[in-house]
Amino acid sequence: MMPSVKVRVKDWYPPGHVRVPAYLRGKTGEIERELGLFHNPETNAYRQTGEKRNLLRVRFEMGELWGDEAESPSDILEAEIYEHWLEPADAP
Amino acid sequence: MPHDHDDHFHDGHSHDGLSPSGHPYRPDQDHKLTRWQAMEIAMRELLIEKNIVTAAEITATVEQMDRRSPADGAKVVARAWVDPAFKTRLLQDGTEAIKELGIEPGVLKLIAVENSPQIHNVVVCTLCSCYPRNLLGLPPDWYKQRAYRSRVVKTPRKVLEEFGLTLPADIIVRVHDSTADMRYLVIPNRPEGTEALDETALAALVSRDAMIGVALASQP
Repeated sequence: MMPSVKVRVKDWYPPGHVRVPAYLRGKTGEIERELGLFHNPETNAYRQTGEKRNLLRVRFEMGELWGDEAESPSDILEAEIYEHWLEPADAP
Repeated sequence: MPHDHDDHFHDGHSHDGLSPSGHPYRPDQDHKLTRWQAMEIAMRELLIEKNIVTAAEITATVEQMDRRSPADGAKVVARAWVDPAFKTRLLQDGTEAIKELGIEPGVLKLIAVENSPQIHNVVVCTLCSCYPRNLLGLPPDWYKQRAYRSRVVKTPRKVLEEFGLTLPADIIVRVHDSTADMRYLVIPNRPEGTEALDETALAALVSRDAMIGVALASQP
């Protein structure tokens, strides 16, 4: 996935240790940069350290995250999301 | 035998367990060890008995962790202010760039983010308390509390106002949620009127809070 590509965070609620904050799930943003491969925390937390996943920084607009409650809709929030949590923004 | 300090009683009355400076006394640790305290002692003693580490090495490591302070981060910011080529390297690869100042990143993966007249950056970890400890030392208590973590991602301007920082509407606020492996350092704007200052004097203007993004660099 390349910078500025639009992506949506999957609206998943799997059990176990995940590092995708609930407030970002189902939200659309764009790739800010790629960070490379890092141990997947979802398995790493259970000492299964072998698996690495691509990590990306995703940029969201506050208006997308908070709707009418946004303090200033064009302010920005950026977070690190593992690639397997991202899907194309136009996916059904 | 009369004791020679008056912490506990004045004229025969108690000060409700407060020290002369008004702080509560901490109780002695007379309770049983918790499971994790017992585990820590058992693990430490085993590592020493098996000659894997020495007690002196453990003490030295703890001392090294305690020595970390925002001064290292401030040195990085001051260098970025005076050396544009360094700033470029810092923004491209923070982890590599801080080695130039003799700072050993260890496990730290650093992203430096730069304030500008148009953008103000602020850092949080909503999930726990991720923080660039190698550069800034231990995080402040408020950084770890739910109030800051939950509010700064939704109403950053209100939270910054509570820190005494009111941002004009035409500045974009950019909040960085440290959700995974990266840690963040804010490079605040260099204050005006500091052209004549050297790096050491500039670093003194850079507070911990300015590098988290809840404050600006100080005026000289």
